[in-house]
Amino acid sequence: MYVAVKGGEAAIDNAHRLLAEVRRGDPAVPELTVAQIREQMRLLVDRVMTEGSLYDPDLAALALKQARGDVVEAVFLVRAYRTTLPRFGATEPLDTGGMTLARRISATFKDLPGGQVLGPTFDYTHRLVDFALEDGADPAPAAEAKPEADAAACPRVTDLLGQAGLLEPSPPDEGAPVGDLTREPVDYPADRALRLQGLARGDEGFILALGYSTQRGYGRTHPFVGEIRVGAVELEFTPEELGFPVSLGTVDLTECQMINQFHGSGAVPPQFTRGYGLVFGQGERKAMAMALVDRSLRAAELGEAVVVPAQDQEFVLAHCDSLQATGFVEHMKLPHYVDFQAELELVRRLRAEHAALAAEPVQDDPTLREAAE
Amino acid sequence: MAHTLAHGFADPVHEGQAVFRAAMDALSRPGQIRPLATTLAPPAPLIPELAALALALTDADTPVWLDAPLRAEPAVAAFLRFHTGAPLVDAPDRAAFALIADPARCPAFAAFSQGTPAYPDTSATLILAVETLSNSAGPAFAGPGIRGTAHLDAGPLPADWASRWAANHAAFPLGLDLLFVASARLAGLPRSARPVALEAMPCT
Amino acid sequence: MSPQGTVTVSAGTGYNFAYLDEGTKRMIRRAILKAIAIPGYQVPFAAREMPMPYGWGTGGVQVTAAILGAADVLKVIDQGADDTTNAVSIRRFFTATAGVATTTRTAEATVIQTRHRIPEAPLTEGQVLVYQVPIPEPLRFLEPRETETRQLHALAEYGLMHVKLYEDIARHGHIATTYAYPVEVAGRYVMDPSPTPKFDNPKMDDCPALQLFGAGREKRIYAIPPYTQVRSLDFEDHPFRVQRFDRPCALCGAEGVYLDEVILDDAGGRMFVCSDTDHCETRRADGHTGEAA
Repeated sequence: MYVAVKGGEAAIDNAHRLLAEVRRGDPAVPELTVAQIREQMRLLVDRVMTEGSLYDPDLAALALKQARGDVVEAVFLVRAYRTTLPRFGATEPLDTGGMTLARRISATFKDLPGGQVLGPTFDYTHRLVDFALEDGADPAPAAEAKPEADAAACPRVTDLLGQAGLLEPSPPDEGAPVGDLTREPVDYPADRALRLQGLARGDEGFILALGYSTQRGYGRTHPFVGEIRVGAVELEFTPEELGFPVSLGTVDLTECQMINQFHGSGAVPPQFTRGYGLVFGQGERKAMAMALVDRSLRAAELGEAVVVPAQDQEFVLAHCDSLQATGFVEHMKLPHYVDFQAELELVRRLRAEHAALAAEPVQDDPTLREAAE
Repeated sequence: MAHTLAHGFADPVHEGQAVFRAAMDALSRPGQIRPLATTLAPPAPLIPELAALALALTDADTPVWLDAPLRAEPAVAAFLRFHTGAPLVDAPDRAAFALIADPARCPAFAAFSQGTPAYPDTSATLILAVETLSNSAGPAFAGPGIRGTAHLDAGPLPADWASRWAANHAAFPLGLDLLFVASARLAGLPRSARPVALEAMPCT
Repeated sequence: MSPQGTVTVSAGTGYNFAYLDEGTKRMIRRAILKAIAIPGYQVPFAAREMPMPYGWGTGGVQVTAAILGAADVLKVIDQGADDTTNAVSIRRFFTATAGVATTTRTAEATVIQTRHRIPEAPLTEGQVLVYQVPIPEPLRFLEPRETETRQLHALAEYGLMHVKLYEDIARHGHIATTYAYPVEVAGRYVMDPSPTPKFDNPKMDDCPALQLFGAGREKRIYAIPPYTQVRSLDFEDHPFRVQRFDRPCALCGAEGVYLDEVILDDAGGRMFVCSDTDHCETRRADGHTGEAA
């Protein structure tokens, strides 16, 4: 007798046990600690914090350990944890102009107040595998100069250009509350603050590809890197009962200001416009790509025709979130017996009708008529 | 002068759920009278059932409008502010919820947000404390949630109530949704409820 | 902080009853009330990130979590079956976070969360059916833009959908939509019934139970109140018709139910059995048998 498939409960329990086993790997190899991941896989931790929308290096490192190094899975763990956290309010706007700089470069001016600070970067390394790292090389000698530049002497490049009216000013802070796409569903068209939130949370690979597409003719915006700065910024919060801001500590950030050509319009003289990128930790690739896409998404606001994917905010915002994308793509693993059965029935019927039509000219042939039924 | 603030839900999780479920049942089955038990003892003229719905449904995200008798008693605002955190607004058209202790003087429906064709869900919900609430008489309704027709007799209400409701339904999908509360019971009247003229019924 | 901001944590799990915090539940509950008042209209809601993936039932889970009370009896099905892995996973989630009673018996449940099926046993007035919805917008595959589809709903402009169905007829001789077959609710909104086979569409019409739909990734909630007219779109000369199986369930002998096709061997052997496992088991317990039993 046929017995219907059973045992979902036992199967899930077994799958969980197998997962724990492969997560640990060979027990003869020492187990990774969260501190090791946090310190030595820092760029991965930074990415999980950025896309997870939660600044907590230890939690991100733990999530990476639990997720076997799968970035999207780690982001998922961080987001699902974040959603349960109580909210106390919003911090004061961050002042990246006051950043304690670890790195600061501009591609638009050879020299500028505060200078170029290369800092820790892969940019000029030769990508040769360093086999000395395999067995734990001695730490490199300390850097010659302290990389931290004096914040006061390092004004943002965009502030320098802005003084001459060559660059559009930052929109004035009107004190209006900033929307939160984790608390309200996005209503299109979304304002720039919401778009930036979506891009910051968006998958690095997707944002990178979109930014790249704007450089290859799908919405050219003539970008220049006005400035990339990486460093620590103080976080301030004004508790209702105190009425003045108090420091909560610092967060590490990467900020990218892209400068783009703009021909002007009837109301606005020709000037440079901006694209903006901001991520947790050190994440220049994401910050730059985000700035390209941000500028691209301002097409409608600047009177440019919306013709390419990176200019289309519904396309970008609805598809940039790695959790939404992975969930829906991977849900195809779930059973679809019922819908497939419905399609199967239709295809069988269509095939039967097709065969019947083909059979018509020789419908006296009894074998063919039988096949068509 | 020092007040002792009246208590809120003793068990916010389960009492809030029970009150919501009663409201959900009431709104999805217009004309049915649902029991609504509560141990709240809010300051008058806020009746316990009105307070229970306010605590179950409103918070910092929902502007609330109070009618004149509720506004006249500062203890009512203090109670609602403390237990819900909802902003109390003066302009009825800004309110997501309106609490009405004197339904006979309910403002014209046009004073409240009707929603928009793209977002009809942004209209207001009115919660009215009535003295009469029964389904054995009164005007008849048909439509979603109603098997055949249902009666709902609530009062006291303004004299032009029947024409107000007819206009409210005619504007569907825009329009207001109503919850009526009385002692230990609750009924709902969503905008989808279509007034039915059975046999030239006299206005009650 | 006012009491509305407090978090009540159940002993043992570290999370609130039914996982969601009370503020989130209130937000979802308000969306449900508006959804009931505007049958078939998709109410936007701020879906939260849930501890299971988008596309795996987060919308249904949030709706269930928002309505569930301690006295509820929960049934969870996927493809009509209580024992499919995702149904098991969601049922366990609520057992762990809400401690509610669960059942596989349709008749005993007060809340039924479903993916892709409506139970065969008629639903009753005391029940709520919660659907998991992947793409709530019935016009999405005809018009990808939310800004456009929102206007089409506002204007009740559903010509696109009729054109699509008519093109099917022109090409295939009949409508080629077999699941997620669009319906008109209470004479106004065109609605996606979720990917249930169109076989189940007639069960939505004039149903005594409240039907709620949750789409987490797409952040929409919609509803069909009890006893509401739900009409599958069709044409006078091509009336709506459901799938018919030309054989009964091989296990319980039921006719007029939706069947799963089971491949038995590599020689083309196959059998058809009830997709609704509870319906099949109940019938067999009552002494009904099919040819393979």
